This record gives sequence, C-alpha cells and structure tokens, in this order.
Amino acid sequence: MRDNFLRKNLVTALLLAPATLWLVVFLVLPFIAIAVFSVGERAPEGGYQAAFTLAQYANLPARATAFWNTMVLAPAGALACLLVAYPVAYYLALRAPERWRLILLALVVIPFWTSLLMRTYAWMYVLGGRGIPALLAYVGIEDIRLINTPGAVLLGIVYGYLPLMILPIYVSLERLDRRLLEASADLGATPVSTFLGVTLRLSLPGVMTGFSLVMILLLGEYLIPTLLGGGKVFFIGNALVDLFLQSRNWPFGSAIAITLVLVSVVVLIAANRISTRLSGARRVDLM
Amino acid sequence: MSKSYRDGLPTSPEKFVDQLMRLKRGSIGRREFLGLTGLGVATAVMARELGIMPTPAYAAENLGDRMSIATWPNYHDPATFENFKKDTGVAVEVNVFGSNEEMLAKLQAGASGWSLFVPTNYTISTYKKLAIIEALDMAKLPNFDGSQEDPRFTSEGTIDAVTYAVPKNWGTTGFAVNTKKLTTPMTSWKEFWDTAMAEGDGRAMVHDYQLTTIGNALKYHGFSFNSLKPDELAKAEELLLKVKPHLFAVSSDYQPSMRAGDAWMTMCWTNDGAQLHRDIPEIAYVLGKEGGEIWTDFYAIPKDAPNKPAGYALLNYLMNPQVAVKEHLANGAPSTDARVNKLLPKEVLDNPILYPAADLLTPLEFGAAATLTDPGRAELMARFKSA
Repeated sequence: MRDNFLRKNLVTALLLAPATLWLVVFLVLPFIAIAVFSVGERAPEGGYQAAFTLAQYANLPARATAFWNTMVLAPAGALACLLVAYPVAYYLALRAPERWRLILLALVVIPFWTSLLMRTYAWMYVLGGRGIPALLAYVGIEDIRLINTPGAVLLGIVYGYLPLMILPIYVSLERLDRRLLEASADLGATPVSTFLGVTLRLSLPGVMTGFSLVMILLLGEYLIPTLLGGGKVFFIGNALVDLFLQSRNWPFGSAIAITLVLVSVVVLIAANRISTRLSGARRVDLM
Repeated sequence: MSKSYRDGLPTSPEKFVDQLMRLKRGSIGRREFLGLTGLGVATAVMARELGIMPTPAYAAENLGDRMSIATWPNYHDPATFENFKKDTGVAVEVNVFGSNEEMLAKLQAGASGWSLFVPTNYTISTYKKLAIIEALDMAKLPNFDGSQEDPRFTSEGTIDAVTYAVPKNWGTTGFAVNTKKLTTPMTSWKEFWDTAMAEGDGRAMVHDYQLTTIGNALKYHGFSFNSLKPDELAKAEELLLKVKPHLFAVSSDYQPSMRAGDAWMTMCWTNDGAQLHRDIPEIAYVLGKEGGEIWTDFYAIPKDAPNKPAGYALLNYLMNPQVAVKEHLANGAPSTDARVNKLLPKEVLDNPILYPAADLLTPLEFGAAATLTDPGRAELMARFKSA
C-alpha cells in the first residue's frame, strides 16, 4: 500500500516537474529580480544601482496619469469587447445551424493566428489618409481624419481582443441546458425575462472569464494606443517601455511593474468573487 | 536618380517586415522608417558603375565566420555586407535600433553580442565613462584618414587624445512641411510651434524623443537646445503642454503619415527630409533659424565584442572611400570625409537639404551628453506624453 502511494506521488512529481521548472525559471526568478530592482536606485548613467529604499514606490504618483488612463481603458475596452462579443457568441452557441458552427468558430479564431502587431499595423493603413478617408473623399465626404483618434484606439482594441471574449462566452452558452429555457417559457416568462433570468445569468461565468482575460491583457497594452492613437495617450505599458528603454530608470520601472502585477491580481480576485456571487454558489475558475 | 515602380510606394515588403520586427521589440524611435524608398535601387546602379576596391588589411588575422552590427534602419547599402562576406567569409548580422537610449540600455544590460555599432556623437562620452567601448587600435584601421575628416563633425569620437569612435556621417534635425497644405512659408521653430496650434491644428507631429522634442521647444524661447536649467525647461514644458492637444501624433515614425497626407508638418531628420522631398516635391525641409540639432553618427566597438577582429575588419572596410560613397548614396546622409565628398555626384553635394547653407548651420548645436542621462528631461518627456 505504502509503496503504491509513494510511487503515485513520484509519478505526480515527475509529471509536474517541467511545468514547475518553467514557472520558477521564467516567472518566479524574474519576479524576484524585479522586486529586488524595485527597491534599488537609478545609477547616474541609468540602469540599476544596489540600494534599499522605498523611494521608487513613493514616486509612483509621478505616473498617476498613466495608471489612471490604464484603469479607464482596461474596463472600457473590455466592456466594448463584451458588447460586441456577446451577440456573436449567442448566435454561435444557440442559433447557428449545427453544421455551420465549427466553420463559424474557425472564422472567429483564424485571424488570431496572425500577430496582433501585424493586424494593428494593417489598421494604420486602413484608417490612414490613403485608406477609408480616401474612399470617403471619393464619394464627396472630405477631410475626415480617423487615425490617431480615441475611436481608432477603441476599434483596435475591440478588433484585437474579440476572440478572447467570444470563446469563453460561447463555451458557457453552449453548455446551457436548453430544457431550462423551455421550462422558463412554460412557466410564462417572456423571451426577454428568460434571457435575463436564465441565459444571461448562466453565461455569467463565461462573461466574467472573458472580461478578466481581456482586461488583464489591456492593463499591459501599449501597442494599440501607440500605433492607432498616435502616441498621444500614455498608458502604464508605455510608461514601462520608456522607463526601461529610454530613460533607463530600471528601479522605477520595476516598482511600476510590481504595482501593475498586484493590481492585476486584485482585479482577478474581485472578478472571481463577483462571478461566484452572481452565478450562485458555482465556483468559477478564471485562469 | 533612377525611378522604378517601387519609388512611389509608402514602403517596400522588406522594409515593412523590417519595421515590424523593430516595432515588435517595443520601440518606435529615432531613425524609424528612415530610407523608405528608392535609394536602394539607385545604389545598386552606382555599385555596378564604381566597383569595389577595398584595402585587404585583414588578411593576416582569423576573422571567424560571423559577426553582428547594431545600427539604424535603412542606414547601409546591403551590398556592402554582401561584398564584405565575399572578401572575408564573415557573414554580418544587422540589428536595427530605434534610439540611442535603447542601444545604451542593451549594452548596459550586457552580452549584446555586437562587434560594431553606430552611436550618435553625444553618447560616446557616456559609453567611455561606463567603460563599455574599446579604445580603437588605429593601426588596424589603415583606411581611416583623420586628416581628411572635418573636425567639426568628428571631435567627439576622441576623448583625451584617445579615439573611441570614427565618424560615419552627419546630419541635422529640422522640420518637414507640406507646403500645399500649409502655404505660409516658415523659417523658424517659433513658427513651427505656433502653426501647430493654428493652421496646422491636428496635423503636426513631434518626435517621441526627449532630445529633439524638448530641445526644439527650448528653441521657441531662444534657449539652448541642450538646456538643463529648471526654469528654461519649465518654459519648454509649458509650451509642450499647450501644444499637446493640437498634435496629430507624438512619434518618430513620421514618413508614412507625411506621405499619406494625414500629417502636414513634422520634426524631421536630414535623411527623411531628403527622401520625402525627393518623392513628394511639395514637402520642404526647413532648418529653424534659431538653431536646433546637428549630429554625427560614429562607428564604435563594444569592449565585450565577441568578434573584435571582424569588427575591426568591417570598420576598416567601411572607411574605404569607395565603399563609403555607396553607403552615403544609400542612406542619403552627408559625409564627414573629404575623400568621399570628392566621389559624390554633384547633385548630391548641391542638395541644400543634405548640405545646408553655412548661415543655417552656424546656430545648430550638437546634442550634449548630459541630456542622455538627465532624469529631469526624462520626467518632463513623461509628463508631456501623459498630459
């Protein structure tokens, strides 16, 4: 008996070893390095100089605008994604003919195979003066500027992150027990109240998963605002890039990175709590 | 200059991929999208006509079979590296960068793997202070002739009589204007900033680069381009914050927007100015009469270079005027070497964008080393960008 137990444990340990090693080398160790950097000082010529000070954390208000912009962009972007994604997921899961479903799902996923950078870069040309504005000018609507506007940034975000929102919602709707919908109708509920009381409520775990996924990625976003917003709006991701590569204030950059990680963790926990509460006692695994 | 179907395009497939790879690393900067069109074709024609006659000073040493260089986008004639490989067997891997700060960050982090790189004048003293660049062994560079170099452009490569870097080319930082859209002629930085808030509202671009954006805002008030004085920087900041809502973009990637007609005016480096004007004649290149930046790019060898013999061999090869002249035709920047200037075609030497009149050059300032590492300027730039 005991031997068997040990052997099982050994097998489990061996199976987990690669993943553990990966996490230690590429997540835990870098995180420790960043934590150590964050209590250091900027060397006179830039970079890191050993020290023990909380000055970098005290300096965080110097990037308050960047934090604020990010805290507005991330939920707003995720919400916009949700509003576009939900009807698509609903159609795919409950309305689309069975034989088309896989093809339609593939169409949602395929653009994701191309790098986000490529797709965002393509939007630069589509929205730029030789793209849509040129077409509009052709039909007589002159001097429309689309690129480097907040709308262009929002479009880029929705476009870029849509599949991440559609898929979890699709999965939760697909598992929906159709008999519940019939029961709701039999008991006299209108389609709207069936949707609100049954469909939406039971798909909330998927909604919250998609929402947190998109929101966490948006917390570190810098590419889309840079390329489609003209670099005029400064997010925490932009602040990090500048601090590491331009002004080379690595300790301050590290302190911001640590803060960003902590904020992401708080967001995850909060989202988890909310979705657990909203969908009754069912546990939801976000990650 | 030869014309082909590619000349009018905003970019070519290879350059597009090149740009993407740089953006992927997360930096959009200084020499981004530098030589967008055409010049490669012109260079290929010149290469056939001139031939190559390098001095074989590298025959004695074992050069290995590969080396790596860090430089700016579209800054070399690709044929140069191919010919170097033919002559020496050394394959050259080219890494392109967005800013001097980024190059410095990589060298500070260690193990860059470069055996040669292309820093700008004002960074060399910092590299020397941090002991990351090699004091050059001039005996290994017989093709370099210091007596033929214009000392105005080359002095910063030598510190305490020791040469750490030899010049590649020089240039200026002015602004490009689409004169069809902004018809009032402009000659000064004051007009640049004022126009950005008036006729050019929503159509002007400034660099995503502290040195030039803060420097040229300082020129609005007639202060030094390199000022670190808090009261002068405060005035520059006031101007920048006032202009910010009127800008089209804060980006050093200005060629596509200028070519597409989205932007009408932008801060601009010599090479970009020459290329924009060549392809779209109504885009003019203006040097602010108050002054601004003049710069020289150098070649230097990192102390931890993995293949120093090849680094020296390539540097010596590039110092050969016959090779250098093709480099200048490819990247469009003016040369510091009198031997090269003798070989350049007259229309290049007569181009006022590349070789401005003396009275426009006089007030220009070289970037100062202190701006590179000054936390005050870095924070000002962050406040401007986040405003």
